[in-house]
Amino acid sequence: MSVKIDNLQIYYTTLRGEVKAVDGVTFSIGDGEIMGLAGESGCGKSTLGNGLIYLEGRMRHAGGHVTLDGKELPIGDAKAMEQHRLRSVSIIPQYAMSALNPTRKIGRMTADLLKSRGVDYKSVLEEFRRRVALVGLPADVLERYPFELSGGMRQRATMVISTLLNPSLLIGDEVTSALDVSTQRAVGEMFMEFRDRGYVKSTIVITHDLSILAQIADTILIMYAGKLAEKADAQTIVNNPLHPYTQQLLASLPEVGLRYDEAPLVGIPGRPPSLLDPPKGCRFRDRCPVAFEQCTAEPPFVELHPGHQVACWKAIQDAQSFNEEPAAQGAGR
Amino acid sequence: MRRYFFKKIVTYIVTFFVATTIDWAIPHLMPGNPVEIYLGRFNISSNTQYLALQKTISEAFGVNVPLWRQYLDFWNGVLHWNFGVSFYATAPVTHVIAQAVPYTLALLIPAIVLSYVLGNRIGAMAARRKVLDNVVLPIGYLFQAAPFAWLALALSYFLAVRLRWFPPSLGSDPGIGVGWNWAFIWSAIRHWFLPFLSVFLVSFGGWAIGMRNLVIYELETDYARYLRSLGASQRLVRRYAYRNAVLPQLSGLALALGVVVGGNIVTEVVFQYPGLGHLIFLAISDEDFFLLQGIFLFIIIGVLVANFIIDIAYVLIDPRTRLSMTGATA
Ligand SMILES: Nc1ncnc2c1ncn2[C@@H]1O[C@H](COP(=O)(O)OP(=O)(O)O)[C@@H](O)[C@H]1O
Ligand code: SF4
Ligand SMILES: [Mg+2]
Repeated sequence: MSVKIDNLQIYYTTLRGEVKAVDGVTFSIGDGEIMGLAGESGCGKSTLGNGLIYLEGRMRHAGGHVTLDGKELPIGDAKAMEQHRLRSVSIIPQYAMSALNPTRKIGRMTADLLKSRGVDYKSVLEEFRRRVALVGLPADVLERYPFELSGGMRQRATMVISTLLNPSLLIGDEVTSALDVSTQRAVGEMFMEFRDRGYVKSTIVITHDLSILAQIADTILIMYAGKLAEKADAQTIVNNPLHPYTQQLLASLPEVGLRYDEAPLVGIPGRPPSLLDPPKGCRFRDRCPVAFEQCTAEPPFVELHPGHQVACWKAIQDAQSFNEEPAAQGAGR
Repeated sequence: MRRYFFKKIVTYIVTFFVATTIDWAIPHLMPGNPVEIYLGRFNISSNTQYLALQKTISEAFGVNVPLWRQYLDFWNGVLHWNFGVSFYATAPVTHVIAQAVPYTLALLIPAIVLSYVLGNRIGAMAARRKVLDNVVLPIGYLFQAAPFAWLALALSYFLAVRLRWFPPSLGSDPGIGVGWNWAFIWSAIRHWFLPFLSVFLVSFGGWAIGMRNLVIYELETDYARYLRSLGASQRLVRRYAYRNAVLPQLSGLALALGVVVGGNIVTEVVFQYPGLGHLIFLAISDEDFFLLQGIFLFIIIGVLVANFIIDIAYVLIDPRTRLSMTGATA
């Protein structure tokens, strides 16, 4: 397992108290794996993604560990973290279209960045050019200013720059969100291409849109209100989700959900809770159609089937009765 | 590129034309006739003598012809660098202005350039050093908000009247003749310092605060966050932030020129410093229309030239204007 995250907590310090945006998450990602990270807006996806590379201003590493390629990644230590950035962990940020300095040519900016990291630009220039061509950008992009490119081109340029030093872990935050459907597909395929060519080992693709993940992700992790809700391989999540939240997310998507006739699609009623003072017990409880007494306690994130983890009392109960049923029938005979 | 400059130059010419026309029109539209005012200075008892003088003077001032003719004559004068005669000095306006211009330029150019350069540097430093920020911010606001006259009077009172470190007025010691000798130069520098400092400090406060806020803003932009996320050095991020923050400061400089020129007039009056500002004051109190016209025309030209230089500098450092001008980009 190349990336292991163990009970990670990342909080924002605000005047009104701590926002527990990532509140104890545990999972791992294998080499060559593309993991989708999905959930509604405000569930802590970006905080988790950013937290793995750069804790800015108000962000605090409140607990837990991250292991990358068998070594601890010192995410809470800004100084120690510096050498890992770009080389072993990298990010395509949510704001990728505005991530490039408007007054520097793209090649020059990349050279400045690499120089400040102690990398000789000339030694990677040939590879840089190759990858620029690979993502379908014209060769003269290096000589252009960001404002001379379309938003989609800027984003692809950012993808190439972020992965230039072949990081072990790449985080792509809402990379497909602002794009039309066909461009979304193309960008999604670029993640697979980068993985297949070994430019990156493990990839986290953050999105609030499950349909794109169904096409490109190997596994999907569903987050809700700073906690993990469900994780399984992509097909299982799409075809056989166990957490009521995942089920509702899928039902709100006509492309992937089974029932086209339910259009016009509506979001899930209600909103995620505030993470300033999150509710006790299951955080999805007040929006959950099948909540029951046990849900006032926090459900554990457990593996109910091989490779399929869920944090839901109802799912646990169903799994138990499913396991008990054949035994009961056998006893009746 | 060429089209851009062509458009710019046309704009400048039109501005110059309009401003100069206004400069001509104001004294002509004001109540009172310059000839009468001029003659009013002398005690002329005889009516015939008065009428004769009036005729001569009207011809000398060129006001004995219809207004449109006077307007054309005025442009003719402008193009030949001839603005008429100053009543106050009874000398050609161009001579009077030429004597005052070195003093004003000696105040304005160092004050503008130094306040801009130092203000930017120190503002940028304040943006990332809390201690410095706590000093620069209040002082900057104080100077920036101080009216030119107030600051000039305060400096004059403390540093000249109370402490006697500097002379309180004039451009040099009256006892020393103007010339290229050390006695005069030293005296000129001592007289120059306080008016310079007044103009410098007011502008400096504005630039420092502007730069501080811009750099803080730039350090929070997406490109700065991206660079930090990828482990770029602080130096690189700051360099980019500084460079990008300079652009709005430079446009601000073009806008601020008018304010500084205005403030400079007040400052020169307070220190009786013999530049154009002081000359304006004298010309107004003497109702010396031709001199006033000439000075304003000179200021118009100066501000336009300075703006043009800033325009060119902006184009050189901002690729966005540079490239949008070629029209070759999307
Ligand atoms: N800078 C911040 N300061 C305080 N709270 C924040 C900040 N950024 C995000 N949050 C809070 O953290 C939670 C998770 O946000 P985020 O990670 O951006 O979610 P997502 O990416 O899933 O939309 C939200 O409740 C949000 O309000
Ligand atoms: S634990 Fe309870 S409230 Fe939470 S999702 Fe499951 S059933 Fe719903
Ligand atoms: Mg987000």
